[in-house]
Amino acid sequence: MIWESRKTSKKNYDYIAVLINIRSLFLPENIVAIKLNVNGESREVEVSADTPLLWVLRDELKLTGTKFGCGMAQCGACTVHINGTPQRSCVFPVSAAANMSITTIEGIDGPQADAIQAAWQELDVPQCGYCQSGQIMSAVGLLKATPNPTDQDIDNGMSGNLCRCATYVRIRQAIHNAADKLEG
Amino acid sequence: MSDTIQTNRRRFIQGTAASLMIGIHLPILVSPKVQASVHAKDLSANAFVRISPDNSVTVLIKHIEFGQGAYTGLATLVAEELDADWSQMRAEHAPANVELYKNLAFGVQGTGGSTGLANSYQTMRVAGANAKKMLVQAAAKKWSVDDKEIQVQKGVVSHQKSGQQATFGELVEIAGKLPLPTAKPKLKSADQFQLIGTDVPKLDTLDKTRGQATYTLDIYKENMLTAVVARGPVFGARIKTFDDSAARKITGVVDIKQLSSGVAVYAKNTFDAIKGRNALEIEWDLGAAETRSSADLDNVFRDTIKKSGKTVVQKGDAIKTIAEADNKIEVELSFPYLAHAPMETLDAVMLAEDGKVTAWFGSQIPTLDQGAIAQVFGMQPSDVDIQTQLAGGSFGRRVTPGSHFAVEAAEATKAMGKGVPVKTIWTREDDIQGGFYRPMARHSIAASVNNQGKITAWQHKVAVQSILKGTLFESMMQNGIDPSSVEGISDLRYKVDNLHVSLHDMEVGVPVLWWRSVGHTHTAYAVETFIDILLERIEQDPIEGRLALLADHPRESGVLKVADRMAKSAGPVPSGRARGVAVVQSFGSFVAQIAEVSRGDNGMPKVHNVWCAVDCGLAVNTNIVRAQIEGGLGYGLDALLHGELTLGEGGKVEQSNFHNYQTLRINEMPNVEVEIVKSDAPPSGVGEPGTPPIGPAVSNAWRRLTGQYVDTLPFSRGVIPNSNGIKLSS
Repeated sequence: MIWESRKTSKKNYDYIAVLINIRSLFLPENIVAIKLNVNGESREVEVSADTPLLWVLRDELKLTGTKFGCGMAQCGACTVHINGTPQRSCVFPVSAAANMSITTIEGIDGPQADAIQAAWQELDVPQCGYCQSGQIMSAVGLLKATPNPTDQDIDNGMSGNLCRCATYVRIRQAIHNAADKLEG
Repeated sequence: MSDTIQTNRRRFIQGTAASLMIGIHLPILVSPKVQASVHAKDLSANAFVRISPDNSVTVLIKHIEFGQGAYTGLATLVAEELDADWSQMRAEHAPANVELYKNLAFGVQGTGGSTGLANSYQTMRVAGANAKKMLVQAAAKKWSVDDKEIQVQKGVVSHQKSGQQATFGELVEIAGKLPLPTAKPKLKSADQFQLIGTDVPKLDTLDKTRGQATYTLDIYKENMLTAVVARGPVFGARIKTFDDSAARKITGVVDIKQLSSGVAVYAKNTFDAIKGRNALEIEWDLGAAETRSSADLDNVFRDTIKKSGKTVVQKGDAIKTIAEADNKIEVELSFPYLAHAPMETLDAVMLAEDGKVTAWFGSQIPTLDQGAIAQVFGMQPSDVDIQTQLAGGSFGRRVTPGSHFAVEAAEATKAMGKGVPVKTIWTREDDIQGGFYRPMARHSIAASVNNQGKITAWQHKVAVQSILKGTLFESMMQNGIDPSSVEGISDLRYKVDNLHVSLHDMEVGVPVLWWRSVGHTHTAYAVETFIDILLERIEQDPIEGRLALLADHPRESGVLKVADRMAKSAGPVPSGRARGVAVVQSFGSFVAQIAEVSRGDNGMPKVHNVWCAVDCGLAVNTNIVRAQIEGGLGYGLDALLHGELTLGEGGKVEQSNFHNYQTLRINEMPNVEVEIVKSDAPPSGVGEPGTPPIGPAVSNAWRRLTGQYVDTLPFSRGVIPNSNGIKLSS
């Protein structure tokens, strides 16, 4: 797993891999020290290398806006941005996230995020609200990739995010409203 | 006879509240002393309203907020009578205290049956009016003026003659020294409402769009351990022996304990606990387990429904009329188990220290949970403090008569001892495979029609497992009948001279539970698709035919006419599509839906548009009413299309997570238009009534489009691809 992180890091990977290895000599078996860049801050955690990023964000860093829903990338409640792209943190090993830029709902910003969150508030989209961090992270990713999405684009971009309250009618409308606002 | 079997859940719970309370051995009540204040400087006006010097008004909500809008709805009632400005309103869950916060429909503190707003409508308004009275008296004292000359508007208290004015916050200190009002306050009349009946923004939206709303899963206490529990592979399995040596070697696993429900693995990180659980080796005793498969059960249900069950309704002689008729129709329908699958799985954080227990979780029925937790620890219920948390959905899942989850979390906490806070979590697999499903059901219906185009008789047999039987709520059964098994049929709204309804209570070792709209989840499909077939047989229009049979039911007729008008004003039915209608009364509210459907690329129905009309009495917050109807029909559409939980060989649940327990996704969600019918009737619930009509509305459209009557749910099982119709027996 350590060497996986080396493959995925873009720069200074030798240094990081060595750092992980040296620190890990002093840690309990199977535990590694990993440096993460979360919401623009450098954080260091000591966890099993196969721990999904989700449980590191939640249990170690107490960034609780990112939710657990299924543990197998089926529901999207755990969606975060890794290097700007929506990813399911419940199946993303923390070791693969080393030296990547991770953004959670707590750290999301920029014009798309502002427009999406404002549209969500205006339409009172959330019901129970539990899936909504993931919905918003996916919607922001969608708008970045497709600034003026059709209903079909929204279906394609958002069908990985489940909402058991079925707030889908308002999610669809809110994405359109946010896109219109950004255009205008 | 039909009058004696009352199937409106609220009414039968009300009617049996006294026996229910005795039946469950209500705990010794905690002190009735008002505990609304947490900060000494706040004005604790009463058990429901707290006003702070910073001018915020916090409403204590006795119902759990899990998306249905309890926070906003109940706070609206207080704000209305208090004449507060909406921007100063806040909401939080009330503590567990049955005397102060009982649901007036149940007699215990709890949420369910779409009762939240209706049973709080007067209480919360009185609370707001009393708080206002205290502020007015405080202002009168402060300014030495007559309190009758004081006005309150949008959060400002003023005295016109002297030109004085104050915010609520500025009056808190003086008001706190005044005696609590004892006289009954005068409430506003409907024409004086400023907030009720409008779209005030929801109080919890902002936090829920920033990842800042706190759910049980988000609670972390110092030194807290997370526990996951390995439970039996089939329902009723018991632990014979287990070997935890491999699990203990997993890095991060702290301890392993046996509970009555299974084996708990504790770790600091949730993932380590899950890994530890996967490494457990457990030998199960299946002696008392339910080992039948869904196919086995289906055969049992098929055989059983041929026999006569317990008579629920007997009006005229339906059996004889049908036997002698020339023109009759018979159908048989089957409905699978359904999991609720709320987005947040079951979870709780508990801490036991110094002879007290604090429990943080989405408790939907705190009075029972409090008693159950107390029993595990051998304490008094008053020693258990339940801090109700926002819950990521419930749909019925969090109201369990035996408090099985609260008990498991309490045992997991007790087993650790040493004042260690324990968070017990169910994974999605635990949730999907953990039982407490909407029960499997089978219906057999027969009817006869005559040459004058009249439905002469209706015979309806239901085979379903009772939700109440064998639980603490068994006292709600009537003459051995679980009313929720036959609701919507025993009180059939359509005028039929001869009606016979009977019930088979199926005994199955799978735990079952109410699932958003309970019995209506299957009875509405049966009644509303069957009436559609009957109307076609007697050559009547689905809407006009229903209206003729609903002449004595103005509220059903009312919503039906509005939905019809909405659909018609959307234009003619596009080619390749068909529309279907259904109208259902549930939980005191009336909903009609018209669905427009085509055949999708996958051979399944594609629902394009749904027009809904709802009569829920006075709509306190129209925005929330619309949201609940939209979401409720999404939940029902999900069940119709692919909701299905099956037991495989040996009784093991075949589905485990969202990859094989499919739920509705955004690409399947139709456009939805909701119109709220103006009504002077008292408010009734909207959490559940949006769910029942969608299934039959879509099915009726599908039958019109393809000729196929889908008698086996879900559609993913029952649809015959590319079929051009099946023959109904006649």
